[in-house]
Amino acid sequence: MSRSRDNADAVTTVPSGVGRNMVINGAMNVAQRATSVTGVGATAAHYPTLDRWIIEASTAGRATMSQTADGPNGISANCIKLDCTTADTSIAAGEYFLLEQRLEGQNVQRIGKGVAGAKEVTVSFYVKANAAFDFALEVLDNDDGRTCSKLFSTTTDWVRQELTFPADVDDGSSPIADNNAQTIRLFFWLHGGTTYTGGTLQSGSFANQVNANRAAGIDSFFSSTDNNFFITGVQMEVGPVATEFEQEDFDVTYQKCLRYTNKLVFTTTSTAFGLGYAESTSQHRTPFLFPKMRAVPTVTFSGATDFAAVNATTSVTSTGMSVSAMSDSMGLILLTDSGAGMTVNQPLYVRAASGKFIMLDSEL
Amino acid sequence: MMIISNSKYFATDGNNNTVQATIDGQALSVPLDPDNRHYAEILRQVDAGTLTIAAAD
Repeated sequence: MSRSRDNADAVTTVPSGVGRNMVINGAMNVAQRATSVTGVGATAAHYPTLDRWIIEASTAGRATMSQTADGPNGISANCIKLDCTTADTSIAAGEYFLLEQRLEGQNVQRIGKGVAGAKEVTVSFYVKANAAFDFALEVLDNDDGRTCSKLFSTTTDWVRQELTFPADVDDGSSPIADNNAQTIRLFFWLHGGTTYTGGTLQSGSFANQVNANRAAGIDSFFSSTDNNFFITGVQMEVGPVATEFEQEDFDVTYQKCLRYTNKLVFTTTSTAFGLGYAESTSQHRTPFLFPKMRAVPTVTFSGATDFAAVNATTSVTSTGMSVSAMSDSMGLILLTDSGAGMTVNQPLYVRAASGKFIMLDSEL
Repeated sequence: MMIISNSKYFATDGNNNTVQATIDGQALSVPLDPDNRHYAEILRQVDAGTLTIAAAD
């Protein structure tokens, strides 16, 4: 078959229209948690800054991770910047440092992976660094432990990388689970010890995961405190062609992110919500609603004493905050105070000072 | 692996509702939902015998 025919066939398999990008927040525009965090690398797995982007780490190296207004013109104003602040040049075998996104099974059914008719996927992204490095992108089928990795290079200018991963029929009877669990995982390998780099890169096809073959051939982001790494415009789509990065209004991306993280921020000193009641003189209950999340969320309060229960005549400061009767879209805020001020069954609402927050987290 | 400490059930109206725990340095209210990544890790560490959840007050 001629190359032109190959290309024609390829074009006919490329889906068009909106919604072809399976990556969420690929333009790095939404950062509910924080826009900059230092000391990244100390925690094994966490979401420091930009929504949906998790860092997995086991290393002595440390980085500052930030949302930076330095994206490639016409693609995105923003990018992730990783700035090495502590080098790690004595790399133990089991070390790693990964930038990762985890995708729900029900959002990647279009790949058809694991059965006859499985499709190729292409991951594209814009990347630059302070120097030339080789890093790896691994696509992992988390359900079946099937993996494939591709190396990519950086320069000091923005370059679009386009990496096509082969179709994986596997044993023909292992479809991707159609559920809300992490199923496809994208790993950007920026640092790894011989446990992960000691073999031969599994790049030509998907195969059962062998750790030594996941990131063979990569350089280390932590080789020097001079190092930095920038990435944005991340897109994963069906087919062998990287189409133009799909632009998305901020609000559309933000609404997608709320399925995983919802930071309710009190923006003025009098911001308030809810209509609750005093269950007792020291515990006050306020129901609240939020957009449906992936699962019942973990709840974090900015501080145990940041909130107040308020009614027409009284304001009592919290001594403890908790939740009860949580679902994926509603729950009860439980505000405990010293017991002075409210009487049982009095109505109330919850107030907090500017900048205080309630964080709902149902990330993968 | 998440570093979990101070884990304790929190009950309202006599029923356990959440696990209060410090995870990677943050105080969290974790729902009893296996699809929640924090609760899944709590269950994993309990099964491994490396974590015990204190009873509610």
